Amino acid sequence: MRVLVKNGHLLDPVNNIDGRYDVLIEDGKVAAVGADLALAVNDAEIIAADGLLVAPGLIDIHVHLRDPGLEYKEDIISGTHAAAAGGVTSVACMPNTSPVIDTAPVVEYIINKARQHGCANVYPVAAISQAMKGDVLSEMGELKAAGCVAFSDDGVPVVSGELMRRAFEYADTFGAPIISHAEDLSLVGEGCMNEGDVATELGLKGIPWVAEDAATAREIMLAEFTNSRLHMAHVSTRGSVELVRQAKARGVKVTCEATPHHFTLTDEAVRGYNTNAKMNPPLRSQADVDAVHAGLADGTIDAIATDHAPHHYDEKNVEFAIAMNGIVGLETMLPLTMNLVRTGVISLRQAIALMTCQPAAIIGIDRGSLNVGAVADLVLIDPEFEWTLDAKQLKSKSKNTPFDGWTMHGAAIRTLLAGRTVFQREQ
Amino acid sequence: MNFNPKHILGIKNLSAAEIHFILDSAASFKEINSRQIKKVPTLRGKTIVNLFFEASTRTRTSFEIAGKRLSADTINISASSSSVVKGETLEDTAKNIEAMHPDIIVMRHSASGACDYLAQRLKCSVINAGDGTHEHPSQALLDAFTIRQHKKKIEGLTVTIAGDITHSRVVRSNIYCLTKLGAKVRVAGPRTMLPPGLEKLGCEVFTDLREAIRDVDCIMMLRIQRERQGKTLIPSLREYARFYGLNPDNIKLAKSDVIVLHPGPMNRGVEISSLVADGPHNVILDQVENGVAVRMALLYLVSGGESVQNV
Amino acid sequence: MSTESVEILDLDGVNRALTRIAHEIIEKNKGVDDLVVIGIRTGGAFLGEQIQQRINKIESVTVPFGSIDITMYRDDLASRGHLAVGQTDIRFNLDGKQVVLVDDVLFTGRTIRAAMDAVMDLGRPQSIQLAILIDRGHRELPIRPDYIGRNLPTSRNEQIKVDFDEQNIPRAIYLLKS
Repeated sequence: MRVLVKNGHLLDPVNNIDGRYDVLIEDGKVAAVGADLALAVNDAEIIAADGLLVAPGLIDIHVHLRDPGLEYKEDIISGTHAAAAGGVTSVACMPNTSPVIDTAPVVEYIINKARQHGCANVYPVAAISQAMKGDVLSEMGELKAAGCVAFSDDGVPVVSGELMRRAFEYADTFGAPIISHAEDLSLVGEGCMNEGDVATELGLKGIPWVAEDAATAREIMLAEFTNSRLHMAHVSTRGSVELVRQAKARGVKVTCEATPHHFTLTDEAVRGYNTNAKMNPPLRSQADVDAVHAGLADGTIDAIATDHAPHHYDEKNVEFAIAMNGIVGLETMLPLTMNLVRTGVISLRQAIALMTCQPAAIIGIDRGSLNVGAVADLVLIDPEFEWTLDAKQLKSKSKNTPFDGWTMHGAAIRTLLAGRTVFQREQ
Repeated sequence: MNFNPKHILGIKNLSAAEIHFILDSAASFKEINSRQIKKVPTLRGKTIVNLFFEASTRTRTSFEIAGKRLSADTINISASSSSVVKGETLEDTAKNIEAMHPDIIVMRHSASGACDYLAQRLKCSVINAGDGTHEHPSQALLDAFTIRQHKKKIEGLTVTIAGDITHSRVVRSNIYCLTKLGAKVRVAGPRTMLPPGLEKLGCEVFTDLREAIRDVDCIMMLRIQRERQGKTLIPSLREYARFYGLNPDNIKLAKSDVIVLHPGPMNRGVEISSLVADGPHNVILDQVENGVAVRMALLYLVSGGESVQNV
Repeated sequence: MSTESVEILDLDGVNRALTRIAHEIIEKNKGVDDLVVIGIRTGGAFLGEQIQQRINKIESVTVPFGSIDITMYRDDLASRGHLAVGQTDIRFNLDGKQVVLVDDVLFTGRTIRAAMDAVMDLGRPQSIQLAILIDRGHRELPIRPDYIGRNLPTSRNEQIKVDFDEQNIPRAIYLLKS
C-alpha cells in the first residue's frame, strides 16, 4: 500500500525541511521525501496537498482520556477521535483514571485498547505514588516495562519533599522523567480562580501565583539535587517560567509545557461565573500570559500541551466554586497555536516544533519527524482556514470549552496515522 | 424615570439614578411600617419564595415581613447549601420551585455567582439576598438609605468600612453603592483581610483603623467571624479588638456627628465595643427598620408587568 | 398625531368652582367639626390644598389636610409596570372623621376605589365624601361624587389636562382631542 502526499509545504523541524516537497508512504512508513516524487511513483494513492502545510502528526503530552473508569466524560475511542480531528496523532494520557494508572495491567489495557480501536498513538503516563495518594512509590520499573513513558501524580501534587526526591531518583533509575503538577496546596486552600482584581470583584476565593511558583521552585531544586529529569506541566505564571529559564541556564534537566488556554485567555474570562473558564492552574493575569508568550518565543517552554480535561455537562453546570476544573483542548490546540504565529509571537517553524519533535523528546518517543523510515504520522494543515467553533460539534464526548463560538484560523484538513487517514475535514 | 428591573442581582450594574429611585421608593414604603395596619394590597396574589441555602434569620425575616406587608404570599424554604451532599443540583432545586409558579425568588447562597446562575435559568424574578462573598444588594441599599436619613445626602460624605473585607458579602455592594452616589469610601483591616485590587473598585485602602476613621462621616463595622480566630487570618479576637475594634477612644478621631453602622449580628467587645454599639452615634436599629422598607421597594419594583407608557 | 386642545375652564372658572365646592362641603357637613381634607396625589393633592385653604378662610379655622398616594392600591400594577410610588402624608387620626377625598378628574372610578381602600387602611372614618373638579363620565364602578366642579361628557379617547403653575396652583383646564 503506497500513499503519495503531493505538492504540500513540508515543514519538518528535525530534518530542517521547509518547502514544497512530496512525501511517499509505504507500509505506514515514510519511504521518501523529495521534490516531484510523483514522476517516479506509480500505483500510489495520491493525496493532493496543494496550498497545505504538511507536518509530522501533532503530539500532545498532556491529555486526560478518562479511560478506564470515567468513560461518561471520555474514553480512548472518543478521545483519540478528538485528537485526530485536531491533527494530533500521539497523546500521553494522565493517570488519574479509575483505577489509577499505577499497575501494569492498566497500562496494558490502555495501550491495547488504543491500538485496536483508537485513531491516535496513546502513551500512558503512570502515577508517581500508588493510587496517587502521595505515600508509597508506584512500581515504576514494571510500569515502564509495560509501556508507560513518564510518571506524574497530575492534579494531585506530591506534598512530601522526601517522596518526591525518591520519585526522581527511582524514575531516573528506569530512565523516565517526572512530570510535575506544581501547586502548594496550603496556599491554594479553597481558591477556585486566580487571585487578583477579578476574583476580588467576583467574590471568589483566589489562588495566588506563589502557590505555583513555590512548588515549581521545589521541584526544580529536587531535580537539580537528584540530577534527574523533570518536566513541568502547564506553567502558567511569570514566576514559574522564569524559574525554568534560570534552571535551564544552569544546566538543570528540566523541560516545561504551556497550554493553549494559558497563552490565550486571562482571568477576565471567568466573569459571568463561566465554569468553562475554571481550570487548574487557573487562568492568570495578562502579565502572566505575556510571560508565557516570551517563554514560548525564547525556547524556555519546550512544548504546547492541552491538559485536555473532559467533564460532563452536569459537572460544569453548577455554582462556580464547586464546578470541576479543566477544559477540552485537543480540537483547539492547532488554531490557538496558529494565532501565536499570526500575531508574531512565535514562528511557524517554532509552532510545529512545539507540537511535534519537542514534546516527543520529552517523553522519549520515536515520533515527531518525517525521517525516512519513521512511522508516517502526518497532518495536513490549512493555516488560513477560517471556521467557527461549535462546541456541540466537537468529537470529544465532553463539550466543556471556553472557546465556543470563537472564530478560528487554521485547521487540520487531514490526519494520517501510520499512513492511514484517520480524519478528514468536511469542506 | 422608569426603572423596570427583572432581577436585583447586585449594585454593580445599577446607575446612581436607579439607586436613588429605589431609595425614594423605599421612603414611600417606610410610612406603611409606622401605621396601625401595616399592610397594603400592592402585591396581592403574588407568591414570593425565600430560598435560603444558608441560615440568615435577619435577612430572611426582613424579606418575609416586607413581602407580607405588601400582601404577597411568602414561603420560606431552607435548603442545604451543598448540592453535592444533597444530590440535587441548584438548577434542579430552583426549577422544582419554579414549577409551582412563584413570581419572585429571594435567594441566599454560599456560592458567589449563584444568583446570577439562577437568574439565567429561571423565568421568575430573582432577588439576591447575598451570594457568597460577592454581592448583597439589599443590605447596601438599606445602609445607603440609613446614611441618607441621618446625613440628608450621600454625595460628599466619607465612609469607612472596617473588618474582614475579603470574606464580607456586603462590602462590594456597599463600595459600588456609595461611590456611585458620590461618597468617598475607605476600607480598613489587617492585610490578611484585604484582597488585592480593592482600589480598582473605587476605594481607599487602610491598614490602620485610626487613620481610616479620621474625620469620616460614617463608619461601618463588619462582623468578624469568630470561627476565623486562630486560623491564619488573625491570631486572636483579643488582638483584633485592640487594633481593629471601634471603641469610645478611637471614635473621637471621626467627625463629632459620625454615625456607626453594623450589618449585624454584632460581636460586642470584638469589632465594636458595647459603649459604641449602644452609644449616641449608633444607627444600627435604624438599619434594621429601614431594611424592611428597602426590601418592600425591591419586591415592588421587580414585580411590575411589562412597562406601558401612559395608559 | 396632532392634538387639539380646548379650554374648558379658565383661571376664574377654576377658582369659582373650588370656592363653590368649599361652601358646599361646609354646608353639607353643617360646619367643619371632624372634617378633614385628603387630596389624591398628585393633582388632587394640589386641588385639595386649595379647597382646604378656602374652608379655613371661610370658617376661620384650620382643617387638617393630608395627601394620599394610591399607587400601592392600584388594580392595574401588573399591566402598567412600575409607577413610582409616592408618599402618603397624613399626620392625623382618621377615626370618626368626615373625610373629603379630593381628585382632579373623575373617570372610571378605579382611582377613587383605590383611595378609599387606602383611607380605610389608615383608620375608620365616620364618612368618606368625594370632591371632583371635572367629572368626565365613563364610570366602571358604582362611585358617585358629592361635590363636582363641572360635568363634562367626553369620549374615551379624549383627555382632560389640569394645568398647574409653578406653585401648584391650578390655572386652567383643557380638553385634549387626538
